[in-house]
Amino acid sequence: MTDHRGAEVISLDERRRPLGPVDSGRQRCQKLRADGSPCRLYLDEEGRCRVCEPTGRAAHPSSGDRRARRDRLGPDLPILSDRDLADLEQAVRGVLAFTRRRLTGDYDVDDYGFDRDFTEQVVMPLARPLYQRWWRIRTDGIHNIPDSGGALLVANHAGTVPFDAIMTKLAVFDEHPAHRHVRELAADLVMKVPLLGPMARKSGNTLANGEDAVRLLGSGELVGVWPEGFKGIGKAYRDRYKLQRFGRGGFVEVAIRTGVPIVPVATIGSEEIFPIVANVKPLARILGLPYFPITWQFPLLGPLGLVPLPSKWVIEFGEPIPTAHLGPDAADDPMLVFEMTDRVRDTIQQMIYRNLMGRRSVFF
Amino acid sequence: MAGIDRPEGRGGRRILITGIAGTLAGRLALKLEADDRVDYVGGVDLAQPSMDLRRTEFVRADLRNPLVAKVIDSTRVDTIVHMSLIAEPGSAGGRSRMKELNVIGTMQLMGAAQKASRVRRVVMRSTTAVYGSHYRDPALFREDHQPRQVPRHGYTADVTEVEGYARGFGRRRPDVDLTVLRFANFIGPDIETPMTRYLSLPVVPTVLGYDPRLQLCHTDDAVEILYRATMDSHPGIFNVAAPGVIYLSQAARMLGRPTVPIPAGLAGTVTSVLKPASGIDFTGEQLPLLQFGRAADTSRMIAEFGYTPAFTTKEALADFIAAGRVEPLVSHEAIERAETMLGNVVSSVLRRVS
Repeated sequence: MTDHRGAEVISLDERRRPLGPVDSGRQRCQKLRADGSPCRLYLDEEGRCRVCEPTGRAAHPSSGDRRARRDRLGPDLPILSDRDLADLEQAVRGVLAFTRRRLTGDYDVDDYGFDRDFTEQVVMPLARPLYQRWWRIRTDGIHNIPDSGGALLVANHAGTVPFDAIMTKLAVFDEHPAHRHVRELAADLVMKVPLLGPMARKSGNTLANGEDAVRLLGSGELVGVWPEGFKGIGKAYRDRYKLQRFGRGGFVEVAIRTGVPIVPVATIGSEEIFPIVANVKPLARILGLPYFPITWQFPLLGPLGLVPLPSKWVIEFGEPIPTAHLGPDAADDPMLVFEMTDRVRDTIQQMIYRNLMGRRSVFF
Repeated sequence: MAGIDRPEGRGGRRILITGIAGTLAGRLALKLEADDRVDYVGGVDLAQPSMDLRRTEFVRADLRNPLVAKVIDSTRVDTIVHMSLIAEPGSAGGRSRMKELNVIGTMQLMGAAQKASRVRRVVMRSTTAVYGSHYRDPALFREDHQPRQVPRHGYTADVTEVEGYARGFGRRRPDVDLTVLRFANFIGPDIETPMTRYLSLPVVPTVLGYDPRLQLCHTDDAVEILYRATMDSHPGIFNVAAPGVIYLSQAARMLGRPTVPIPAGLAGTVTSVLKPASGIDFTGEQLPLLQFGRAADTSRMIAEFGYTPAFTTKEALADFIAAGRVEPLVSHEAIERAETMLGNVVSSVLRRVS
């Protein structure tokens, strides 16, 4: 379906992959339920369905180990073994060494202000419970991110607070075999805000502009962009999963100029963490914010309203779209850039729809 | 440029340095004195040179004085190194006098150089401060970057005007190599600048909620680049800075100094309290620098000069600390001792538990 200009027309019918994530290879239960429809739940690792065969559900392996040991040793014996103690000691010494490095300034940051030590020791451990327990994020297609060299991740943006960027960073760092850091391109407004600005720089963000992006990609970094920007995270709940305009396609220019592949990323679940009911524009204007959201929780529940809803997330990394064959000069061809931007946007939109159809419910 | 390397007769190079009283200009003169390709070194300033110079001929003059044109003519110099830039009103005796010396001085000097047919090369010291500091700025400034706001007052405004005169001179004398070197904040064991004074305060005042990236330039590297620009032909504008950046908070920790965050709105008040004693100015162009920081891309300098600075920003600061001019309030040894002690306590407690 490629026409002579290199643009690809993606038809819903022909190119649609089977429902659900193909990469995971997980099977659905398919047993007929009481109402005659097949059960759509995924089977667990042992090939059982959680609902149709409820007895077969094993406890979490690590807690099971511990329980088994306690049963074997009897209740009086310590729960912590020597190895646990050694691990604990190691952990405490690690924290002490980290504290010493921070207090003596003994760490390095790169030109953009990325502080690897701080990111891996403070930011990521804080975000990990959200990733693993709160949103129970599943990733698909992580192998689509190259092990080395520059690549541009392009993702949808949603959720009032840009948690999706943090979660994508953590997903790539934790799940990818090369444990790469995504370097996010952030809005200028983020850099202006006290506390948030320096925090963003330290955890690997830099300002979304062509110069920084080209230099980062040129030095072989993995760069992440959320081209919808505030239009994406600040959109109303009724517009969920409808991609907004993709900026002016600057990210495509940057990718073409540096010849790096574009990896489309679709995040599902981020739309439901703070569903926006209304946007109080006058208040936003007074406070100098891009939007002032009224969400289901906020400000109705007061401080509790700041807790995001525990939706179930999926982050899918799509097949890379190569740009190297176009040559750096193609970045100056606006038509090609528009076409490419549209193609990336369409790809992400299709990935979103596909994942939405495969999801059981918002929260599970 | 064979003609300039051996200009006339037995002729070695003849070089005039303005602002010879400064540390960098003095060190450059020392280095040029030691080079036998150099026949003559002249130095112009109002104050006595701080270095112990032997061959350098010192001319006590104001750049605004017509005497300078005569000096350029009579000494038959082929290169002018313009180092005379005053960064603070205090040392010049007031802001208006500082502006006079910087802007009018450069204007007169460039006028005189334009008339002097023997002058084949002009090296000018500038600063990366011309880029300003803004949250919308890229992480690294390239030489062709235009500042978001044209500075209207202060040192930055002076330097912007001074560079303007230099560019005008370059247009009118295309036969002259014009090298403009934009240096990051100098640091080193032998120099005193507003930055070194700021970092030497007992507690380092910062702007609440901000942690700027700082980029420094070690004086050794600065002198080396000045020397190469003087001796060889490297026309153009170049950022000169150490590789890498550090955060202000990190610099304070390295110095063993606590930071005191001050809300941006109170910067003026703090300045009025601090300035008489320390000479630290927190307002004007300093405030955005302490909020958003500044770093420049030095790849053009490295490619053109074939020289990578010997000190990274962090190493340059470490060298400044090692010179012992700043006594740390919290010594790093004490922190290391505390770490070892706490670690041992934890180990023994854990052993007892098991």
